Amino acid sequence: MSKTAPLSLNVPEPGCRPGDEPDFSDFVVPEAGGVTRPPIDADPNDIRDMAFSIIRVLDNEDHAVGPWAGTLSNDELVEGLRHMMTLRIFDARMMNAQRQGKTSFYIQHLGEEAVSCAFRKALQDGDMNFPTYRQAGLLIAGGYPMTTMMNQIYSNSQDPLHGRQLPIMYSSKEHGFFSISGNLGTQFMQSVGWAMASAISGDTRIAAGWIGDGSTAESDFHAALVFASTYKAPVVLNIVNNQWAISTFQGIARGGVGTFAARGHGFGIPSVRVDGNDYLAVHAVAQWANERARSGLGPTLIEHVTYRAGGHSSSDDPSAYRAKEEVAAWPLGDPIDRLKKHLIKIGAWSDEQHAKAEEEILEQVIAAQKEAESCGTLGHGKVPSPRDMFEGVYETMPPHLVKQRQEAGY
Amino acid sequence: MTQMTMIEAIRDAHDVAMGRDEKVVVFGEDVGYFGGVFRCTAGLQAKYGKTRCFDAPISELGIVGAAVGMAAYGLRPVIEIQFADYVYPGIDQIVSEAARLRYRSAGDFTCPLVIRMPTGGGIFGGQTHSQSPEAYFTHVAGLKTVMPSNPQDAKGLFLAAIEDPDPVIILEPKRLYNGPFDGHHDKPIVPWKKHEQGDVAEGYYTTPLGKAAIRRSGNEVTILAYGTMVYVAEAAAEEAGIDAEIIDLRTLLPLDLDAIETSVKKTGRCLIVHEATKTSGFGAELMAQVQETCFYHLESQIIRVTGWDTPYPHAQEWDYFPCPNRVVAALHQLMEE
Ligand SMILES: Cc1ncc(C[n+]2csc(CCOP(=O)(O)OP(=O)(O)O)c2C)c(N)n1
Repeated sequence: MSKTAPLSLNVPEPGCRPGDEPDFSDFVVPEAGGVTRPPIDADPNDIRDMAFSIIRVLDNEDHAVGPWAGTLSNDELVEGLRHMMTLRIFDARMMNAQRQGKTSFYIQHLGEEAVSCAFRKALQDGDMNFPTYRQAGLLIAGGYPMTTMMNQIYSNSQDPLHGRQLPIMYSSKEHGFFSISGNLGTQFMQSVGWAMASAISGDTRIAAGWIGDGSTAESDFHAALVFASTYKAPVVLNIVNNQWAISTFQGIARGGVGTFAARGHGFGIPSVRVDGNDYLAVHAVAQWANERARSGLGPTLIEHVTYRAGGHSSSDDPSAYRAKEEVAAWPLGDPIDRLKKHLIKIGAWSDEQHAKAEEEILEQVIAAQKEAESCGTLGHGKVPSPRDMFEGVYETMPPHLVKQRQEAGY
Repeated sequence: MTQMTMIEAIRDAHDVAMGRDEKVVVFGEDVGYFGGVFRCTAGLQAKYGKTRCFDAPISELGIVGAAVGMAAYGLRPVIEIQFADYVYPGIDQIVSEAARLRYRSAGDFTCPLVIRMPTGGGIFGGQTHSQSPEAYFTHVAGLKTVMPSNPQDAKGLFLAAIEDPDPVIILEPKRLYNGPFDGHHDKPIVPWKKHEQGDVAEGYYTTPLGKAAIRRSGNEVTILAYGTMVYVAEAAAEEAGIDAEIIDLRTLLPLDLDAIETSVKKTGRCLIVHEATKTSGFGAELMAQVQETCFYHLESQIIRVTGWDTPYPHAQEWDYFPCPNRVVAALHQLMEE
């Protein structure tokens, strides 16, 4: 018999569950402006601490401070604010459309708008994102037509994907938005492959991979880090840590110590954390990382620290697993609110302008929605023909599929 | 007897198994505190503690691999893959490891584990929440593959799977979780509560693996179906007015060849219905087995009605999912020959 005490299994638990008082006291919010901005060719070994702090630009008084401030003009900031507002209003309308039975499913971005909207503005046309289902801001900020997004969501006669994909699983090569897979993690690795191809081809375009905190547990995540570091691929690897993976808190994927960003250290990849609810900080960090990639300096790992304020999807009710008050207690605030206050502080915006913009955007979203609905919705039967179902499996339809299509009556 | 949905029956089966045997541990994505996205494990963590029912990182490879290790240690792990469509990252651990552990170690290590996964379409889940991957598993020696079609069987097969000394895959048709349907996918699901197979025996019982069930007796044609397609077959037999015998296979591997052979020899005809794509689907295996065992008794060709050889589409899913009309047409074709 062994003389040691019996072993016991550690199963991490979040700090707070329904009925508990949310407590983020052990979540350290570093001071805005407190993290240095190293040169893009900094030795990864010299900046290891950046995987443990959080780069923030907007301080508690709504000022932009520190070495990461100043990457955007006031006009660009107003544009960014409008993008985030558009995404939020778009989401609200589409969640509602789902509730009304116009589509089967929806995923919103509530509280995470800055991540994808700001990142897109630091990319160039031609760069390729390998997004998850929570980065529609890449399309909104990239000027992709909202009506087309809605046509996809409604699986209607104008759906560019012919009703084949789940709603919100957009695809647009032209807009640098790789076709979304429902299988988590797979695209993180593909982004590295795309970036390697760009390097092999002597191209100037870079790739951006996206993954959620929960999905970093997938093997694809680790494979992506190996390949990215081995081949110094021109890729920016983004982890969106929104604290929750459906009902599972981030500690389950992360383990008890470290940060998601710190996983890059084992691969010698410069790894940083950024305040994902700070539009300015996300933009500045994205610009730094993109420049590194574009200059042939290899991959960067970015952990965007944010919070999923809404449900996981239209099928999810978060009150079953987390305290309702947690959203309000989240220490990094709301990205739209923060940027708005900053713009007002510097005299580039006002409450009146904000209210007016809100109205205008709502009108635009409603107009897009009307146009999309005139082409049909899933709930009301005007969907692409079943004939479409047989197309595009192969470039040329093989005889057995032609036969099956005829058998189906099309 | 208690009236239960399939979800409730599966939860009850977990409860019975965990209560009987403390070696049974349950884990997977979201299965702990929340009780799984389909709620099949709800309440188990509260009752049995978080080291016996817990949330796993999103890593199917990790989940299956950990379960293999636990099974080798001597526990009885039960794991949930959130959707069958997401089992592929874990497939190496299933195919190369779990399935062969007993064989390659000459019994030194064994792998009594149960892998559950919601399967199939009919819920507008698109191509990544609708697949029927049974053929991948039935191709692997060393695995057993099960697909229940009702609450009573779901519980009994689950408990038999836990007891089984080898790895068992349970594919749960998610379209049947809350109730059976009349076979026509555009009609609402009726609650299990009104269905005789929603009457589930309390406590412990097993439904043996490898035994099919006759869902409808008949003399003119044998329909082989499993999972959701049992209901499509029932609706079609009714509509066609043909005296069909419907066999619910329940276990695909090992297959109840006796039941199939007896029925086809009696009826002389065989129709196979499944939801998965046709080419290299499980229907091909069934067809081969029927022709090997019943060739001289067949009065017509064997026909398959299956999903099309395309990925599972979102908006056109009712045109993908085999419908009674197609089965009726196939039945008439068989009878004319
Ligand atoms: C391979 C795979 N396993 C499981 C799922 C089911 N699933 C969908 S979303 C999700 C949670 C993802 O969480 P996270 O990566 O943190 O991203 P978030 O939803 O929070 O943005 C899970 C488990 C899936 N889609 N793919």
